[in-house]
This record gives sequence, structure tokens and C-alpha cells, in this order.
Amino acid sequence: MTILNAAEMEAVAARHPDILKRSPWQRFRTPIIALACVLYFVFAWYYFAVGKVVGGANWGIAGNYLADWVSYEIRPEIGISPDGAMQITYPRFDPIGPNPNPDWLNAKRETVTRTIEILAPAGSSSTTPKSGFNFMAPAPQQQTGSDTSNAAASARSETRSEEVVTEAVIEMGTSRTIDIRPGQVILKRGSETAVIDLDRVGGVVRIDGEMPAWLEQRLPGGRVIAYFGMSGWAEIGADRIRVRKRFLGWANFVFDTNSPFFGKSAGDVISLIASGERIDPQQSNLALAWNNILYNAEWQHLDVWTKLLQTVVMAFIGTLFAMFVAFPLSFIAARNIFRNRAANQVAKRFFDFLRSVDMLIWALFFTRAFGPGPLAGISAIFFTDTGTLGKLYSEALENIDEKQREGVRSVGAPPAVVQRYGVVPQVMPVFMSQALYFWESNTRSATIIGAVGAGGIGLKLWEAMRTNSDWENVAYMVLLILIVVFVFDGISNALRSRLMGSGRG
Amino acid sequence: MPTSMTSPPRLGESGALIERHWQQLATQRMIYSLLAVGLLLAVVTGSLWFANETNSGKFFDRLPHFFDFVDDLLPRDGMEIWRALFDLPSPYDDGSFKYNYPEGRAYLTESLYLPEYFHKMIETLNIALTSTGIGLVFGFALSFLAAKNTMANAWIRSPVRRLMEVLRAFPEVVIAGFFLAILSLGPIPAVIAVSIHTIGALGKMFYEVIENADMKAEEGLRAVGANWFERMWFGLVPQVLPNFMSYFLLRLEINVRASTIIGAVGGGGIGELLRLSIGQGHEAKTLAIVLLLLLTIIAVDQFSAWLRRRLVGEQAFQTI
Repeated sequence: MTILNAAEMEAVAARHPDILKRSPWQRFRTPIIALACVLYFVFAWYYFAVGKVVGGANWGIAGNYLADWVSYEIRPEIGISPDGAMQITYPRFDPIGPNPNPDWLNAKRETVTRTIEILAPAGSSSTTPKSGFNFMAPAPQQQTGSDTSNAAASARSETRSEEVVTEAVIEMGTSRTIDIRPGQVILKRGSETAVIDLDRVGGVVRIDGEMPAWLEQRLPGGRVIAYFGMSGWAEIGADRIRVRKRFLGWANFVFDTNSPFFGKSAGDVISLIASGERIDPQQSNLALAWNNILYNAEWQHLDVWTKLLQTVVMAFIGTLFAMFVAFPLSFIAARNIFRNRAANQVAKRFFDFLRSVDMLIWALFFTRAFGPGPLAGISAIFFTDTGTLGKLYSEALENIDEKQREGVRSVGAPPAVVQRYGVVPQVMPVFMSQALYFWESNTRSATIIGAVGAGGIGLKLWEAMRTNSDWENVAYMVLLILIVVFVFDGISNALRSRLMGSGRG
Repeated sequence: MPTSMTSPPRLGESGALIERHWQQLATQRMIYSLLAVGLLLAVVTGSLWFANETNSGKFFDRLPHFFDFVDDLLPRDGMEIWRALFDLPSPYDDGSFKYNYPEGRAYLTESLYLPEYFHKMIETLNIALTSTGIGLVFGFALSFLAAKNTMANAWIRSPVRRLMEVLRAFPEVVIAGFFLAILSLGPIPAVIAVSIHTIGALGKMFYEVIENADMKAEEGLRAVGANWFERMWFGLVPQVLPNFMSYFLLRLEINVRASTIIGAVGGGGIGELLRLSIGQGHEAKTLAIVLLLLLTIIAVDQFSAWLRRRLVGEQAFQTI
């Protein structure tokens, strides 16, 4: 190994000044660009007021919304009358069905003689303080039946004997229970137990002893909120206990609560369909079941599938027609094929115009022209893609190998035949590959232009999200979209690699 | 035509066999082609029928009224577009929402103002730029974990690739809607939605570039004992950076459009104004926004094309 002395080193440095002595711009280019990027991000932070917005955001809801994607809540509500009798009610649209009797809610019933003070119907429900957590639930429906049904008698009392609930034990998962008695709620979570006294007369809720970390009482004497992690939470007021029990999965995904098949096990349903008596004399059980699935009120399978098909059709037809129109136009736009500068320029500027008027603008215009629906989406995709494909096609045409055309021309073929046999075989794989790529990417963009009214699943997604209570439907649609996109991605990749392979080989 | 073509030459036995076989193949091929075309026609007809059936207005019913909306889009005079664009007071101002151009002015100083649409356009451009930047940073980091030649471990490589696929395919509108519910209205949900898609899209393009890179420099560094980061940073990054930048600029063009669309579904920026003004039939405002959008998109495209040409030359414009 040779070791350079100082003089040799200098000689080498003198021979390669461009490598060893670079200009300041060359030397500091990377840090300067990185610094510019960092400065821009800092600027963006203030420009979008990220700190303020993120700080002011309701992150508590975020967890709930995310949990809603894959789980659902059942919301029993236990009201305690002044005499200690309890009623268990469910909101009308709870996924539990019309006759709830869940095995995780253990109610002790006793027949007692009660003196009932019949109140005007406005009574207890409106005086109940509204829960701050009501964003999830539809307004609780009072189904207290005979208690408050008589509007005429505002304050008379009546004595009768009836069966009421005197104690309710709700299991919130393993070793987590809520034991509700008229004057007391006992909460257990693991080894910890909390006893909460309810003073109905004073409307005061008191926690006995130490308050565990999973309890929260914002105001002294006010409602207590008990958190049970993923299995739900409960809000304990002096005369009303709202429980939210969370279950993993999608509720009533196959049959909704109005269906005669609701709540039956898969085996029961199959045997009913196969050999059961007709539930509806008009149609067979199979037809009824299928009908019930399609028109499931909560999941709207048929509607979702129709909208998804619309999205697919929008992308397919839009891209296909764009390809058909862009194909001949690109021959006019290509300099080497159509030897007329003016025509080339006109065609190219036309493509630029179609491309630059955004897909959004086309979508909004055609939604006005055709009304909301897939026709608007098809037109929007068609117009945008005619521009994009036309531009790409004419660029591909300008890069072709002239030899083949020359060969075909030299044997005396007419111009149309020259293009057919000299040009098309060269560019066809590229054309098809690009069209397939755009078909696949348009399946994605068709979702989003749907949200502005151009048909397809986008609008349905948007509507499901706006209510903030149907996140499970959003998850379902997202899952379907992901499946469709992945399938098309696979088809398009397979076709493209075959096309490009045969084009090269 | 020469006369020699009039009668085909007589073929020998093997020649006749080849001829027959060729005929057979040609017939077969024609049948397949016809079948494919027939299938395509059936699918297209079915799709069109379906699209027409499920549309709220039928194609042939609407076609005579197709250009009605163009009439709705003509402003009272040509100058109205410019007044709307630059927030100048309109002579037709009757106090209604339609002609209140000066109200949207964003004052920079006492007298100097930024017209509303320019202000919103800048917001949209910033959404695009920020989210492309975020996509660049994360896509850059992820792509080295996803390329075959930089990450030999398939247990890391394939989850990263799957992650990028999901990020790419996840509908932007859902991400935007989700964050709109949490963060309330504003541009940040749009930034998040576009960024997430960009990370997936850029990551994929980046790792394809890395896989096509020349590994000799990396090998040299490996021979002198460089660790993974040094090999990547000094061996691969200088090689792939021009291509990365080219894809970054390409994405920027796409994201300017994407952030406009996201804006229309509630993400702020110019898209929202466009949707509102079309929906409410404010013709001058609509045309002003369309004009501004058109000019901006053309400007961004030209700028990015120029920069890409400088960075990687004609290679940037090769077909996909």
C-alpha cells in the first residue's frame, strides 16, 4: 500500500478541483433544502393553526368513533321510581330487538303493592338532566307504559299490585358488574369495589369511601361515570342509571330486528329455510330470508351493493370511453403521425384543457346537467381521462420506432394500413397498460367524486359519516371498497404485466 | 398488382399440413376475438343501462336540457367574472349573497387586500404542498424498508408493503370525514387525508425506484464496513434522489387536484367555495373560481414539468 505525501495529495487535489473543492451551493445544498422544508413545515403549522385545532379537538369522541367501527353498544336505562321500583328500558333503535331479555342483565322481579302517583307525561323524563354523552344515542325513548300514560290526571294516586324490578345486576365482562338497587349501586371492577349511594329525594349521588380511578364525578353530588374499558361505561344519576355495554362485532349484520329470522342461530335459520313452515304464505322462506337480508334496515345491503356497482361502472365506462376517444385523437396530436402543426397544437391544447379542468369541476357540472347519479360520474371521469390518456398516448406515439412504419410504407401500403401495421402493434401494449392503470386508479377517485353527488358509494359513505352514529356502516363500505380496489389492482397488474411482457418478448 | 399473385402455388404434403394448421389457428383466433368483443359489448351495454337506470335523471330525458346549465352559467356581463375574481364591488349589488364580492376580502394591511378566491386557492395549494411534503418524508423512510435490495428481511418488507397498499387504497373521503368529525371544519382533515394517501402512493413509487437502482455503490460501501444507514445514505440516496424529486413533483400536481376535491366535501379551500357557488347558481363566482383553478393547475403542471425536466431529463416523461 502506498502512502501519499503532502505534495502528492495536493497534486491529486489540483487535478480534480471539481470534486474536492465544490462550490458553496453544492456543498450546502442538502442542508439548505432540508432547512427550507423544516421552515415550511413550521410555517404550515401556524398557517393551519395545527396546535390550536388539535388541542381543541374532542379526542374522547375519536376513541368512541373508532370503537364504533367494529363494535356496537347496547344501552339499557334503569329508571328508579320514588318508591324504589325500577324499570329497565331500551332506546327504540337499540340493536337488541323488540323483546330484550339479555342474559348479561339479571333482573330480580317481585310483585309488590305500589302507590303510584300518576304524573303528567312531561314528568320525569324532561326533568332528567341531559347527559353530556348523548351524542351517541338517539334520544332515549320512554317506554314506561302505564306509569305516565294518563295525561288527564296530573296528580292522583292509585294503589295496585304489580311486578317490578327490585334489583338489577349487569355483567360488564369478567369480574366486572354493576349491581343496581333502589338506594345503592355497587360497582365491581376486578378486585376493586365501589359503593355509590343514591339519594333520590335530594337528587344526590355519593361515593362511599375511596373513589377508584375508573370513576369520575365532575360535580360533588352530581352524576358519577364509571368506565369499564372496552366493555362500556355507565352513568349513574340519582334516579336513572344509563348503561352502555359494548359488544365486539357488527350488530344485526344479516337480519335486522324486524325480520322473523332475527335472533335465531345459523342452524335454526337454515333448518327454517330448508324445511320449516312458510312464515309468510306469499313466498318461500328462502325468498323471505334473502329479501330480509337485502333490505336490512340498518345495513341496507342492496343499496350499498348497488352503489358500489355504480362506482365500478363509473370507473369502467368512463375509462373505456375515454380510451376510445383518446385513441384517434392522439394520432392527430402526435407530431410524427399527423404532419400538421396547427392540428397537433389544437389537439394537444384540447387535451390540456380537459385535464386541467379538474375532475371535481366536471363532476359538479354534470351533476347539474344529469342530476345526481352515475351518469355524472361517468362523464366526469370520461372528460378528465380523455385529456390525460390523450396526452400520454400522443407522447407514446411520438416515441415510436420509425423503422416499422417505413417498412410497411415501403411495400406500398396506404396510410391507414401503415398506421394499423406499422404503429398500432408497437403502442397497443402501452395504451392498454395505461388504460388499465387509469381504470384502477379511477375506481378510487370515483369514490370521492361520488361524495359531491356524482353517484356511487361516495355519497352513501358521506351520509353515513355525517350522522356520526353509523361508523360501523362506514367500516362495512370501506371494507367493500378496499376489496374491490385490491381485486381490480390485482386484475389490472396481471393484465398489464402480461401485455407488457408480450410486448417486449 | 403483379400477375404472379393470381394463382397460389401448389403445396406439398407438409406444406398443406402447415397451411391447414394455420387456417385452424386463424379461425380459432377470430372466434376468440369475436367472443371477447361480444362480451365487452354486453358488459358495456349492461353497465350503461344500469348507470342510466340508477341515475336520478335519465340520459335521453336530460339530453335536450343538457346545455340549460350553460345558460345558467352566463353572468350578466363579462366584467362580472373579473369583479368576482378580484373582489371588486359589482354594479348589480342588491345586498344579496350573489353579488357581495368585496365581502370575502382578506385584508393584509389597511388598504391592501387578498381577494377571497386567491386566499382560498393559496390555502388549497398549501394543503397540497404540506401533505405532499409529509408524504415525501414518510414515503422516503418506508420505501427503504419495502425495497427488496435494501431490506432483505421479508418479515419487515412485506408488512410495510401491505401497509402502503392499505394507505393507498383507503378512501380519502373517509379519512377526511373522520377527522372532520373530531377536529371540526377546516383544512387539517384534508391535509391528513391527502397525506395518508400520498404516503402510500409515493412509498410505492419510491421503492420501485430503489429496486431499479444500481447497487455497486452500496456494495463498495459494504466492503469498507459501512452500516445500513451509511450504505443507504451515501450509496443509494444520491442515486435515487432525482427520481424521488420527480415523483414528488408529479404527486404535487395530483395533490393540488385532490385537495380541491377534498375541499368540496368539507375540507376547506377553494373546492368548498366552488361547490357552494355552483349549487347556489352564482354564475360569476363559479366562472371566476373555474378560471382561477384552471390557471393554477396549468401553472403548477408547467412548473413541475420544467423542474422535472431539469432534474431527470426526458426520462421523467416516459410512459408508466
